[in-house]
Amino acid sequence: MNRLHHALIWAGFLAVIGVPLVLAATSPLLAWRQPIYVAAGFAGVLGMAVLLAQPLLVTGVLPGLSGLKGRRAHRWVGGLLVGLIVVHVVGLWITSPPDMIDALTFTSPTPFSPWGVIAMWAIFGAAGLAIYRARMRLPIWRIAHSALVVIVVIGSVVHAMLIEGTMEIVSKAAVSAIVLIVTGLTIAKRRAWAPFMPKRTRR
Amino acid sequence: MSKLLMTRRGLIASGSAALATSWTVPARAAGVAPTRSMRGGSNNYRPGAPIVDRIGGGGFWMSGTVRRAGDGAPLEGQRIQIWAHTTEGHERDARSHGATLTNAKGEFRLEMPQIVPAFGQAHGHLAYDSGYFKTVFLRPLMDSSRDTSLSAHFVLEPA
Repeated sequence: MNRLHHALIWAGFLAVIGVPLVLAATSPLLAWRQPIYVAAGFAGVLGMAVLLAQPLLVTGVLPGLSGLKGRRAHRWVGGLLVGLIVVHVVGLWITSPPDMIDALTFTSPTPFSPWGVIAMWAIFGAAGLAIYRARMRLPIWRIAHSALVVIVVIGSVVHAMLIEGTMEIVSKAAVSAIVLIVTGLTIAKRRAWAPFMPKRTRR
Repeated sequence: MSKLLMTRRGLIASGSAALATSWTVPARAAGVAPTRSMRGGSNNYRPGAPIVDRIGGGGFWMSGTVRRAGDGAPLEGQRIQIWAHTTEGHERDARSHGATLTNAKGEFRLEMPQIVPAFGQAHGHLAYDSGYFKTVFLRPLMDSSRDTSLSAHFVLEPA
């Protein structure tokens, strides 16, 4: 791969993350929101886009971040995602405590809330597993982490798509589709279930 | 007229109630079921918001009716409190809240700033919480966030 090729991959990656953010920044809704609500919303938008980085770092597709470097970056980005979720939830809690309490207790009238809360717990679970990776049997760790990631991605996409918020609809649908496809391809490629299939478990 | 008075929920509730009673107790035809509070309806409620001619600068109309459960008679002079996330303030802000009274036909109508989507949905909040009837909190959704009006209807039962 040459330099142009590398530059194009990075440009595409940054566009998928950046375009939804830039378009959300032009939302008219922002004029009627206080800074903490704006920050909470953008933490969600950024989190949605950054989900794309995770599968790419696992497979080492991003030039300069393959192999061990990619794995290390995957861990950092995972930590970043947890931080973004915390900002999202705490910021919305400060903005309207009863709405956030309803969401967290699964009693919200809004259909997107349970998807977001389930994705949140799954992301905490996936990140928590990462801490215990060395102490677990690798096949079990991999299938558990992969399963949680599937819940995170599907939950996040449904959550985002059902919300009428600051995200522009076409870029929201596009980034959602790309995250779904890339995650799906990566899961399929990694075959975390392989050690548990009958043929592969017997030596 | 019935179109104005009926919410979908009310129609289903009273319709099914009427169907049930018509089979069992034919004599009791009048069975307007009380409105149940909606999930999240009471969120950011501030009891005792003042009765106002208009909330803020106006431009958006919240309207509805208040009737008595059972016979469906209109209830006059009932205090309905209204609040929402608008172009002028968050739901929690005192300036986003106001109350009005129903007229002789049980109707209320209050002008308020434009409601904008908040927490993922364009919605308003209404409360009946005066004590004589059971408290009801409503949280109607706007069909489109570009709408400039919204309505919600109360059928109250004695406390």
